[in-house]
Formats: sequence, C-alpha cells, structure tokens
Amino acid sequence: MDAINWHSCFFLLFAAIACGFAVAVVVVGDIVRMACCLVVSLAAVAGLFFLAEAEFLGAAQLMVYVGGTMVLLIFGVMLTARGPFVSMKTGGGQWVLAIVIGVALFAVLLQAATSTSAWNGPKANDQAAVPAANNSPLPQAGEGPGVRAVEGDSQDAAGQLGLGLLGVREDRLRRQDKPVLLGGMSGYLLVFEIISVHLVVVLVGAAYLARARRRGRNPESRSPLPDPRSPKPESP
Amino acid sequence: MAELLISISIPDWLAHTIAALVQCGLLLAIALCSAAVGIWLERKVSARIQDRLGPTRVGGKFGWLQPPADGLKLICKEDIIPAAADHILFRIAPYVCFCATFCVFLALPFANGWVAVELNAGAFFLLAVAGLEIFGVILGGYASGSKWSLYGAMREAAQVVSYEIPLGLCVVVVVILTGTMNLVEIGNQQAGWFFNWHIFHDPFTFVVFWVYVTCAVASSNRAPFDLPEAESELVAGFLTEYSGFRWVFFFMGEYASMFVVSGLGALLFLGGWNGPIPIASLLGLTPDGGDVFGWIGNLLGMCNFIAKAFAGMTFMIWLRWTLPRLRIDQVITTCLKYCVPIVSAMLAGVMLWSFFLPGGLILHVRSRYVAQPPSAVQSRAESSITAEGGCATRNTMDIR
Repeated sequence: MDAINWHSCFFLLFAAIACGFAVAVVVVGDIVRMACCLVVSLAAVAGLFFLAEAEFLGAAQLMVYVGGTMVLLIFGVMLTARGPFVSMKTGGGQWVLAIVIGVALFAVLLQAATSTSAWNGPKANDQAAVPAANNSPLPQAGEGPGVRAVEGDSQDAAGQLGLGLLGVREDRLRRQDKPVLLGGMSGYLLVFEIISVHLVVVLVGAAYLARARRRGRNPESRSPLPDPRSPKPESP
Repeated sequence: MAELLISISIPDWLAHTIAALVQCGLLLAIALCSAAVGIWLERKVSARIQDRLGPTRVGGKFGWLQPPADGLKLICKEDIIPAAADHILFRIAPYVCFCATFCVFLALPFANGWVAVELNAGAFFLLAVAGLEIFGVILGGYASGSKWSLYGAMREAAQVVSYEIPLGLCVVVVVILTGTMNLVEIGNQQAGWFFNWHIFHDPFTFVVFWVYVTCAVASSNRAPFDLPEAESELVAGFLTEYSGFRWVFFFMGEYASMFVVSGLGALLFLGGWNGPIPIASLLGLTPDGGDVFGWIGNLLGMCNFIAKAFAGMTFMIWLRWTLPRLRIDQVITTCLKYCVPIVSAMLAGVMLWSFFLPGGLILHVRSRYVAQPPSAVQSRAESSITAEGGCATRNTMDIR
C-alpha cells in the first residue's frame, strides 16, 4: 500500500467522471441538464489531457468544446425554447437506433485503440514514468526527470504545433538528411489556410444572410405603419 | 513537502495526500484572500470617491475585518430556492462560477517559478478556464426560473461571446512578441528596468494594453460593463434569486476573477514580478547568488506582482464608481466596432515593428541590459514565417 500510482488514480477518476456524465447526458431528460452533464464530461476529458501533459490540447478542449457547448446551449436552446424548461423524450425506436450506432462506434474505437502500438507496449515506459509520478502529489506536477526523459520533445508541443501550422515540421526536418527534400515539407500550411478561408467564407455568408433578411422584411414591416396616417396611393 | 513527511515516517500515500491538500489549501487561501481584500478595497475606494469614510470600526482601524463580518452575516441569511427554479442547476451554478476562477490560480505565476503548475501553454489555459466562469453565470440565470435572471444571463452571453475575441487577440500580441505561451517565461523576458515591460515595447503594445484593460473589465462583468447585474433595470440580473452563501460564491468568484485579469495584465504587459527598478537583481538577489538570495528576490517579486494586481483592481473599482453603465448596444459596439479592429491593426503593427525594429522602442538600452537578446524571439518568428528549411529551424532549436 506504500506506492500508489497517482497517475493511474487520477486517470481512473477522470475517466469515471467522463463516462458517468456521458451516460447521464443520455439518461437525463431536461436539455439544459444534458448540456451541463456534457460540459462536465468534456471537462473531464480535458483533465485526462492535462494528466497526459498535453496542456495545449487540454486547454483547447476546454476552450472549444466546453465553450462551444455553452454557446450551443444558449443559442440553440435558450433562445428557441417556448416553455421555461425544455425536456426531450426519446421513443423506443430512437433508443434502438442509438444503441446500434453506439455499439458499432464503440467497436470501431475499441479496435482502433487496441491496435495502436503505443497502447500495447507501455511496459518499457512504465518503469521510468511510475517513480516520477509517485514523487509528485499533483498529477500535473509530474514533470519529474523520468517523465521528461520519456517524453522528450513533447514538452514544447504547442510551439511545434504552431510552427507546423505555419509550414515548418520540426519533427520531420530533424530526421531529414537531404537538403533537397527539405523544401517540400510544408507541414499543415495548406490545410490551415483552407480552414481559415473556409471560416471566413462562413462568416461572410452568415453576415450576408443576416443582412439580406432584414432588408427583405423592412419594406413589409414598414408599410403597415404609415398606412393609417396616409391613404395608399392606389386605394382610391 | 511529501518527501519531508515521508522522512518522519508517515506512510507514503498519506504523505502525498496531505501535501496535495496543503497545496490546494494554499491556493484556495490566495484566491479567497484576494477576494476578501478586493471587497474591502471596493468599500473603501467607493466610499472615498463618494466623499464618505466607508467601514472604519470593524476590527479596529480601517475596518479591515469587514469582509469576514460580511461573510458571517451572509452565512446567517436564509437560503432561498425559488419554486420555479431548476433545483440542481440552481445549486451547482455558484460552485461552477467559483471553481472556474479558482482553477485559474493554478497557472498564475506569482514570482519567477512560484507557480502551482508551470504550464507550457499557460496563457491559453488561463483564457480557457477563465471563460468557464461565464458558464456558472448563465446556468444560474437560466436555472433561477426568473425573467430578470434570464435577461441578465443573456446579456452576459452576448457580452462574453463578443469580448473573448479582442481579449484573446490582446494575449496573442504578447505571445507573438515573446514567442512563448509560458507565463513564467513571458514574465522573465520583461526582466530589468521598466522600459523592458511589454507595454513600453512599442507604441502598438501600448494601445493593446488599453484594449486589454477594456476587455478585462468587460470579461469580469464590472461597471461600466455590468449589464448582467444591472441593478437599476434588472433588479440584480442573474443574481436576483440568489441569497446567502450561494450569492457569496458568485461574489467571491467575481472578485477573484478581477484579481486574475489584473494579474494577467500585469504579467503580459506590466513586467509581472519585475519591478520598475530591478532592485532585486541589482542587490544580487537572484537564484544565481544562492537559494536564500533567490528566495528573497522571489519574495520581493511576489510583492511586486501582488501590488500590481491590486493596483489593477483599484483601477477597476475607480472605473466602476466613475463611469455610467453602457447600454447593451453600446457594449457590443465598443467591442466589435472599436476593440476588434483596433487590436487587429495593432497585431499587424506589432508584427511589422518586430520585423523591422527588433528589440523594442529603446533599442540600445534594451540590448545593453536584457540578459537574453531580444533578437532570439525575432529570429524564431522569422524562421517560422520564412520557413526556409533546416538552417532556420536549427537556429530555433539552438535558442531553445
């Protein structure tokens, strides 16, 4: 009992929270409570990322998914709901369909997870990582020498990610010996640019739609107002 | 600390648990103390602005025991949950609000290396977690089952969704300047005299700082951006149905988040724990001179940081009791028509400035005093932009 693997403890804790609240999302009827459970579940996944020292990913998870769920909740539920507390009832057919899809997805994910080599062979890393994790009371503070040695370059993952998005793949460049081939390693620049342009198009489109609708309505909504005061030109 | 406990023959698991609890307690104490001092400051500053004295008797002089007395009074109040409310969410909301703010303190460095968890993406983490505080507010507003609360929550949502953009861009400006998101490194790069602070780096960052101030005030729901709890129109906004200790949680969350945004502003623009005059390093109180000297230097740095954070809070309080509240359309206009374009232009300006004039406003002074040459940051930015391959990237690797 004298050597607890705190890393595993916290992993189990976060995993249990994530799974438990994911089930709660399905079971609970009230939409806002569902969203709340979803937020907790996603935040627990972010906690798992922090546990794995993928801080950037964890923060992105919090920012994008948790914040995104919040916005979805507000604009999707609160602004469109007619009653005070919206609840959703699922029929039997939907349950069956959902279970089939869920089990299929789970099977695919399970297969993918077990076929990953890193998942199968953590034994070599375990000996190095466990003592370092034991030395520190907090999971995030597990940056002991052991973990650092195992993880190596992943400490500055955010910097590498940023460079990768700008077209410099450091990990590839280090391995590549021939200077001729270096020019072709454009990283994720093209993907990044396509996504950016796509987002701009979406934004412009949204702004255009919002504008056009108002312009279309304005003449109609205005015309009834002056009517009682002045007679229509074509009415007599 | 765990090692210390193990050395006096306490079982391993108990030692780690105790150490973890003590560290959590320490952080919680910092968060609560910042909130308590903030509340006291609010009372005193607002009183002075309105030509009153404020609390004077509680605890002897200056009414310094007023916040605990307030807390005691509020605990004794009846805890009311409206019949129309969604009970579970109504109960959860205050804790969400406070916990989100508390988690931010995990990544907030108080001095060189004095941070609970030194995150590589600290600035990003801070923004992400501080944004979660809003979730509690919206949840509370919705779950109250009251029109006033819902209006407050909706205003909050509109305000926050729009103000997160310029706030994030302000942080991006500093991240581009420093080349890192690690808050400890950002603080260390501003070491030395006050003209090494990012606010004096170039004219663009000076403007960005004021945009940051605006957005920080807005993101912590302080006047003139306190629309979510506009007491003259919405009773108390999202707080209308809350009473007693649940209300206290929202309140402490608000003051702690004021401390956080002030501290983040100090870290990003005002040199963090580096004073205007580098007294500590002039006296040799750096980690190079030995552990004890480094510790004393860090203590001075922490005093600096806390002083700056409270100066920021005082500024926010001063604003609250000086400016009238904005309307919601004015709030959105301020954000989308002024803050976002200004900070975008300044972002481009900062990039051009650091491209053509690497090293900041006072080039020669900076290069003489700064330990790490600012060209290091520059070459990294260049290497990432030009992407010419191995040579430039090797350069980046060397610097790191």
